[in-house]
Amino acid sequence: MSTHSHTEERHITGNKTYIIVWAALMVMTVVTVYVSYINFGMLNIVIALVVASVKASIVALYFMHLKFEDSITWVFALFPLSLLALLIGMTITDTFTRTIVP
Amino acid sequence: MGDASLEHSHGHHMDPAVEYSSSKLGMWLFLGTEILLFGGLFAAYAIFRAKYPEMFFEQHVELNKKMGAVNTCILIFSSLTMAMGVSAIQRGKQKATAILILITILCGLGFGVVKYFEYSAKFHHHIYPDTSIFFSLYFLMTGLHMLHVFIGLAILGVLFVLTLKGKFTAKYNTPVEVGGLYWHLVDLIWIYLFPLLYLIG
Repeated sequence: MSTHSHTEERHITGNKTYIIVWAALMVMTVVTVYVSYINFGMLNIVIALVVASVKASIVALYFMHLKFEDSITWVFALFPLSLLALLIGMTITDTFTRTIVP
Repeated sequence: MGDASLEHSHGHHMDPAVEYSSSKLGMWLFLGTEILLFGGLFAAYAIFRAKYPEMFFEQHVELNKKMGAVNTCILIFSSLTMAMGVSAIQRGKQKATAILILITILCGLGFGVVKYFEYSAKFHHHIYPDTSIFFSLYFLMTGLHMLHVFIGLAILGVLFVLTLKGKFTAKYNTPVEVGGLYWHLVDLIWIYLFPLLYLIG
C-alpha cells in the first residue's frame, strides 16, 4: 500500500518483475497438482486453498497492480472479500448447526 | 479548472486524473460484485462438498486433471502478457501493446478450445449438468467462468483494434489498464476453480 504513486507519475512495473511473478505462479501450480496425487486426508483441501490464496494474492498485488494503489482502492478490493467470508461463513454455520430439518 | 461556467460549457470533459482514478475504482467495485456472484456458487460448493464428501471424491476423478492444468497454465500466461501489455502502453509502446494483447486473446481462445474438448468428452460419457450435484456445480461454475472468458475476449478485441488505431498513448491508456483488471479477475477465479473441482473434488 504505497502512497508515493500519483496518477501523473504512475508506477510502471518492469517485465522482469512480471516474469518472476509468473514463474512463482507456475511453481505453485505444479506444487498443487503434485500434492493432489498424495493423500493427506483433510490436509489436501487446506493445502489447495492456501496455495490458491497465495496465487490469487500475488495476481492481485502485482498483475492487478494493487501493491501500488492508494488506500481507497484497497478498501474497494478487500471489502467484498469480507462480504464473501460472511456469506460462506454464515451459510456453513447454518447448515451444520441446524437441528430441525426445514 | 477553477472556473465553474467554463467547466460547464465543456460538459463531459473531466479532469483526466479524476477520470482515470474513478474509472479504475469503478472497475474494482464491479470486480467486487463479480466475486460475490461467484461467491454464491462457492458457498453452494462448500455445503454440498461437506455433506457428500464421498460423492465429490468419486465424481471429481471423471475430470481431466491434465486438461485443467493446461488451461491453468494458459490463463496464467495470458495474465502475464496482459500485465506486460499494460506496462508497454504506459511506456507508449503501441506496437508491443498490440502484440501482447493479441497473445492474450490467443491464450483466451486456446482456453476455450481446451474447455470445448473437455465438455465434449463429458457429454460423450453421458455426463450432463443433471448427472449429480457435483457435475451440476462443475458445469455451472466453469460455464459462468467461460462466459467471463468470452466477455473478456470481446473487451480485449476492442482494445486490440483501438491500440492498432493509435488511440492509446503513454498519457492516455485507462481502457487498457481497466480492461486488463477484468482479464486478471478471470484468471483469479480460475485459480480457485481448478483445485476445488479438478484436484480435490
